[in-house]
Amino acid sequence: MPDTTLHAERPIALHRRVTDKVMTGLAVLTVILVLAPLFAIFAYLVYRGVGSINWAFLTQTPKPVGEAGGGMANAIVGSAFMLGLASLIGVPLGIGAGIYLAEYGRNRYGDAIRFTADVLNGVPSIVIGIVAYAIVVLSQKHFSALAGGVALAFMMIPTISRTTEEMLLLVPQALREAAYGLGIPRWRTTLSITLRTATSGVVTGIMLAFARVAGETAPLLFTALGNQFWNVRVNQPTAALPLQIYTYALSPYDDWHRQAWAGALVLIILIVTAVTAVRLAVRRGTFGAA
Amino acid sequence: MAFSALPRPHMPAPQPVAVTKVNSLPPAEKQNLPFSRVRTGEVGDQIFKYAMLLCGSAVLGMLVLIVYELVLRSGPSWHAFGFKFFAGHDWDPVNEQFGAVPFIYGTLVSSLLALVIAVPLSIGVAVFTTEMCPPALRAPLSFFVELLAAIPSVVYGLWAIFVLIPILTNYVGPFLGKTLGWTGLFTGPFYGVSMLAAGIILAIMIVPIISSISREVLMVVPQHQREAVLALGATRWEMIRMGVLRNARAGIMGAIILGLGRALGETIAVTMVIGNRPEIARSLFAPGYTMASVLANEFSEATGDIYLSALIEIGLALFLVTIVVNALARLLVWTVTRGQPSRANA
Repeated sequence: MPDTTLHAERPIALHRRVTDKVMTGLAVLTVILVLAPLFAIFAYLVYRGVGSINWAFLTQTPKPVGEAGGGMANAIVGSAFMLGLASLIGVPLGIGAGIYLAEYGRNRYGDAIRFTADVLNGVPSIVIGIVAYAIVVLSQKHFSALAGGVALAFMMIPTISRTTEEMLLLVPQALREAAYGLGIPRWRTTLSITLRTATSGVVTGIMLAFARVAGETAPLLFTALGNQFWNVRVNQPTAALPLQIYTYALSPYDDWHRQAWAGALVLIILIVTAVTAVRLAVRRGTFGAA
Repeated sequence: MAFSALPRPHMPAPQPVAVTKVNSLPPAEKQNLPFSRVRTGEVGDQIFKYAMLLCGSAVLGMLVLIVYELVLRSGPSWHAFGFKFFAGHDWDPVNEQFGAVPFIYGTLVSSLLALVIAVPLSIGVAVFTTEMCPPALRAPLSFFVELLAAIPSVVYGLWAIFVLIPILTNYVGPFLGKTLGWTGLFTGPFYGVSMLAAGIILAIMIVPIISSISREVLMVVPQHQREAVLALGATRWEMIRMGVLRNARAGIMGAIILGLGRALGETIAVTMVIGNRPEIARSLFAPGYTMASVLANEFSEATGDIYLSALIEIGLALFLVTIVVNALARLLVWTVTRGQPSRANA
């Protein structure tokens, strides 16, 4: 077919050009439709939240129903407390599992763990709440901060282990070999060379897990339960910011709605600053071997 | 990828040096590490390895623990109702009659509605970011979409109550009733809290996961597939349709199923807008109830062993469904992102 070879100039049929333009237009439209709620949420959050945050909100405990004022200070502290508990349990286990997967887990057992972690990531948080309830609350006989912490730790471990593994695998093999060549035992190499090199990635993974569970409400509903007062004891019901927002949002009181917006803004700000701060710190290298 | 596949240069195995050493190390034939022969290192290595193995096994242990607790605690309900639990329509805690059908129905309908809305949007975003948008826009766009995933569920719920639902009742609801009322899906009184609101908020929440995984899948479609189709004189859209989307079908399917898994288990935002009434109605304007929301609402107040056990059985069902859905999705995504490129390079 020597005749058709040089017909690159032949115009493309009209309907094909139109379809092309229409599809491009539709793709742009989907992007706009997806980003619209994002901006709407942030705009409304700032609009309603900024006016409602004041000193009392950040320093006082909730007032009884019908009384204006009060704040969510105990919920903020309670959230931080439970996140701390969760990290205490979840971070070492998660990093350990990640090290196992990256350094020893190139086998079927490792594959099984990997697959389980991925699948656990998709387990609904409310189901994790039930399990924490069954393990901790039923044995302690009452709702507690510990139960909330365990539930959140359960949600952190799969994420942390998978990101830690990925980050450790990025460390060049030559670095490990160099360490072995100096006669450094393998465990020391893993901790001081491999993990150390991957610190920023590992910490980023931890922060992602952290940010994800910081906003979780469902697993705390029947583990931490919530509390109108201060609590920093492990075996007592504890307030948490997302729980408080949930309760206030569903209440019929305008003042509580206002506080729910303020709480949501504080929650988002805390999540975003925690993530950014750690990322900056890691970039400057002030962190040790995680 | 090609680099790591290169054969390692052959190195002669280190000769045993135990003979020349003066100290009395045990023979080193069992070692898999050629270089560390210090005794403390060996012991430390073993301890470390087993400690890490323990951490890794904890992940498996978690799964076993979840299954064990759910099965154990849902036992009484299972013994009392058997399969009737999943066929009964009545949810009557006072008379201890429990049937899960309204919740299963609500979960399925709200999730499917979310998929119907979210899938075209997510694929559009994924296609736009990988194939159409100028390179400078790519990173910020992905960042914004990921940001949607970082918003806590409770904040979505809050926004839905105070912004989305008023919009729905004032504008969207009347419009849908007028134009699509004949389908029967948009009839009856519309108070805002409804299956429709739940579906929409779920759709917003699952768009990030579907679109980010679809994007990953689209990116591993080999470049020469695109070039081949373009070389035949295709327009850009034809190239995307024939060269990209067709090759990525399995992976996109996996992304959609992962989104479905997320939607099935989503609790708080749905609970805040779905109306929480255990009834089955054809109209999407009617309130509903999902498996996750009934747990959120009733679990901490459940009195009586059988009531609690029935709720846990709902949790078990939800768990099993999401496990199956997620496993399926992971397999589909793995076949694309891991299997395909290696085959394409061969």
